[in-house]
Amino acid sequence: MTTSATTPLVEISGLKVHYPLRGGLLRRVTGQVRAVDDVSLSIARGQTVGLVGESGSGKTTLGRALVKLAPITAGVIRYEGRDITALHGRSFLPWRKRMQMIFQDPFNSLNPRMTIASVLAEPLELHFPAMSKADRRERCASLLKRVGLDPDHLGRYPHQFSGGQRQRIGIARALAVEPEFIICDEAVSALDVSVQAQIVNLLQDLQEELGLTYLFIAHDLAVVEHISDQVVVMNRGKVVETATPEELYRAPKDPYTQRLLAAIPEPPPLAS
Amino acid sequence: MSNLLREVCRRPLGIASLVTLVALYLGALLAGFIAVRPVNQQDLEHTYHPPTRITWHDGGLAVQVYRVVDRSGPAYEPVPGEYRRLHLFAPGFDYKLLGLLPLQRHLLQPADTDTVFYPLGSDSTGRCVFSRLVYGSRVSLTIGLIGITITMALGLLVGGLSGYFGGKIDFFAMRGVEFLMAVPSLYLLLALRSVLAPRFSSDQMFIVIVIILSLIGWAGAARVLRGMSLSIRRTQFVLAAECMGQGPLGILRLHILPNLASYLLVAATLSIPGYILGEAALSFLGLGIAEPASSWGLMLSQAQNIKIFMLNFWWLLTPGLAIFVTVIAFNLLGDVLRDVVDPRMKTQ
Amino acid sequence: MTSPSSNQPLLSVRDLRITFRQRERSLEAVRGVSFDLHAGRTLAIVGESGSGKSVTSLSLTRLLPPPPACRITGSALFDGRDLFKLSPAELRRVRGRDISYVFQEPATSLNPVFTVGSQIAEAVRLHLPEIKDVRAHVVAALDRVGIVDAANRYGAYPHELSGGMQQRVMIAMALACRPRVLVADEPTTALDVTIQRQILDLLRELRASSGLSVILITHNFGIVHNFADDVAVMYRGEIVEQGPCAEVLRNPQHPYTKALIACIPRLGDKRRRLTTIDHAAIARAGA
Ligand SMILES: Nc1ncnc2c1ncn2[C@@H]1O[C@H](COP(=O)(O)OP(=O)(O)OP(=O)(O)O)[C@@H](O)[C@H]1O
Ligand SMILES: Nc1ncnc2c1ncn2[C@@H]1O[C@H](COP(=O)(O)OP(=O)(O)OP(=O)(O)O)[C@@H](O)[C@H]1O
Ligand SMILES: [Mg+2]
Ligand SMILES: [Mg+2]
Repeated sequence: MTTSATTPLVEISGLKVHYPLRGGLLRRVTGQVRAVDDVSLSIARGQTVGLVGESGSGKTTLGRALVKLAPITAGVIRYEGRDITALHGRSFLPWRKRMQMIFQDPFNSLNPRMTIASVLAEPLELHFPAMSKADRRERCASLLKRVGLDPDHLGRYPHQFSGGQRQRIGIARALAVEPEFIICDEAVSALDVSVQAQIVNLLQDLQEELGLTYLFIAHDLAVVEHISDQVVVMNRGKVVETATPEELYRAPKDPYTQRLLAAIPEPPPLAS
Repeated sequence: MSNLLREVCRRPLGIASLVTLVALYLGALLAGFIAVRPVNQQDLEHTYHPPTRITWHDGGLAVQVYRVVDRSGPAYEPVPGEYRRLHLFAPGFDYKLLGLLPLQRHLLQPADTDTVFYPLGSDSTGRCVFSRLVYGSRVSLTIGLIGITITMALGLLVGGLSGYFGGKIDFFAMRGVEFLMAVPSLYLLLALRSVLAPRFSSDQMFIVIVIILSLIGWAGAARVLRGMSLSIRRTQFVLAAECMGQGPLGILRLHILPNLASYLLVAATLSIPGYILGEAALSFLGLGIAEPASSWGLMLSQAQNIKIFMLNFWWLLTPGLAIFVTVIAFNLLGDVLRDVVDPRMKTQ
Repeated sequence: MTSPSSNQPLLSVRDLRITFRQRERSLEAVRGVSFDLHAGRTLAIVGESGSGKSVTSLSLTRLLPPPPACRITGSALFDGRDLFKLSPAELRRVRGRDISYVFQEPATSLNPVFTVGSQIAEAVRLHLPEIKDVRAHVVAALDRVGIVDAANRYGAYPHELSGGMQQRVMIAMALACRPRVLVADEPTTALDVTIQRQILDLLRELRASSGLSVILITHNFGIVHNFADDVAVMYRGEIVEQGPCAEVLRNPQHPYTKALIACIPRLGDKRRRLTTIDHAAIARAGA
């Protein structure tokens, strides 16, 4: 297959991720958790697909399956038309530079024994081994500045940062290798509204500058509406609705989507 | 690391135990320099000699002279006003510093070679208890270090890898570990020792005992390390590293090992006393270090004599005190280290 | 709104200062914070990321690093006792039993090698020894926070749960011990709005039935607006504005609060870029 303008960047068809459910003393398999159950989805280059849904509905698992961090039970993943479902280890390495993931939990996604400088340098060492030490440091400092942190903090350890600051370090790490597709798993949930706006603007700027593609997982429906070209609603491992944000918020079809929209707490009115 | 040291030094107990241990290990390292007599030099004229008092006399260090009052006891008493001169850094018997550098100078030596000088008294054959204690510390103190290194290395290798890879490797490794843990170690030890005894010299026996002790000890460490490496394996920072393309070796080296390091350090510090006591117990039972070598356990076993209690030859029990101090120091240091690296306090 | 039964606050924090020291540098993360929490009421703390919200809440039961690395001054009167003067043993009794926490980091607060059910059960046994059927109590607690199939999830390990489920396990654990004060640090960030509403309803019910007081740290103004009684706005280690929710949100006085409310993303907003805060302007306005 050739890459044409019409081939989606990422195409998922019939993807299933099932985990065994264990119970009892011997931890025998007593059932299955269908974390992702027959999901098909396509993401065009340069687009942002918002993914919302109930907690535990398989959003993170879907994102992880795309970068081979969750075991795929069935289904096919295509990247630029090429089937990458079966690739592993070394053969998948070139794709790892092109696809990055920002992790959900900012407290758990940074190694507590590494300084911020080494956290950011690690992907650079892997994917740009020729880069000199000074260049690398330079790059790390500019990445920190990009996400609104002080470059002087490079020598600090993660526990010396607040939740929102750590989340931004995670974002900087994902940006380090200049990927073209980023899975943002609740990348802005832990941030205050101002920093959240700053990061969302940053993601949009990068998209314009570099033509990035995002899978944007979030619970804040206002942010999802703002950033997405297409919104996918998941419930219990299945996609229940796909629509543009305007359509979705104007006329939600699925009962779950309707419940979701009805439950949004009203923010305070704008002052004056 | 330097941070850790600073934190330890900030606590009174930490600095006290650290200083004690450093002093003990320095003593073991420089045993030849500190000892006042060759370790096995006997003097049947002066058996069970009490510690000789060291005083300041006539503008220099001097040692009190004693005379025998009862040969059968034997009992000694100081001769009032009679002293012999002592010199710092004076020449004495030959030894090799750190096993390499041939030297003759010692920390403290009597001016005349025939002076009776026993800083901690003498034993049943007139050997200097102090010198034997200093030489014996080499065995007693290193046995813990070597033992714990083997234990932790094996534990880390087996536990760390099976936690990382999981699945079949994990299953078989852990069943093996459980099997080892179920072996009654004391009996195995006794059996092995008696079978092996004729084949090895005393020096080799030292190595054999360390190996036996650590081969039994590593299973427990492996289990704990497996649990830890399993849980670190599932953290998102490991997923993130995998996501950026880091291989298993990189993940083990950069992410898993550093997070196990503080546990390793604390566990090692806290289990060294076990080895020291283990050696002492084996030697005490006559299964460990044997004459002519010296170790604290061996010295204690030789002090098992009703005479020593009846006649109050307390100085022959000083190896027990040395073991006690070392064990306490290691335990205190381990506790302090645990406080310092407690991950709860770090993340919150 | 529920009115406080008496005018005596349950928890009264005065001039709280928290300083972190690393090597020779020191960082004053919280600079003279004072606030009151009344029984049966909810105090929301909002504000900038890194402004000291979490460390303020953690300092109450001294869950921060010990003295040389972190110094806490000021007072926190709880039930007439100063929390900062309690002995470690008294403090342990207060933690969990009187004041319990939902930490901001769900994954690191759960022990990865034990099942979630057994971890809640342990807390229940420790604090509520009178309960006989601990397992049933725990399953009920999990059920109340919306974990589907709670009886089967009792034996799940933390990594087998989604981020939001871990967060709910933390909430269940905090509530299972029937505390008087719940300190919830961003308890709903990983939850979708339907579950979020369920949790808030549960807290409302506890507030009404057993007089639970809540300190709620959040970035979500929708929640503050609909759930909290009072709000304190933190900015760079200080509370720049506090008062009843309705007043502060409708008529903010401090430039930071105004700017923050302007940043809230809203459904149906068609602008290309989201509003951010110009900190220099706030500094000018504040001076
Ligand atoms: N252990 C520590 N050592 C040094 N500095 C720390 C430590 N913990 C927190 N800080 C600093 O204290 C400040 C306040 O942190 P805190 O966690 O309270 O922020 P927060 O208001 O909860 O932010 P967020 O909303 O992002 O969680 C931050 O600037 C942080 O860098
Ligand atoms: N390693 C695993 N083993 C077993 N079950 C798992 C595992 N990982 C996830 N699950 C299950 O898969 C389901 C989906 O989890 P996932 O993390 O994808 O949810 P999510 O949509 O991201 O939810 P949230 O919004 O709460 O983060 C959950 O029921 C979870 O318990
Ligand atoms: Mg998730
Ligand atoms: Mg916080």
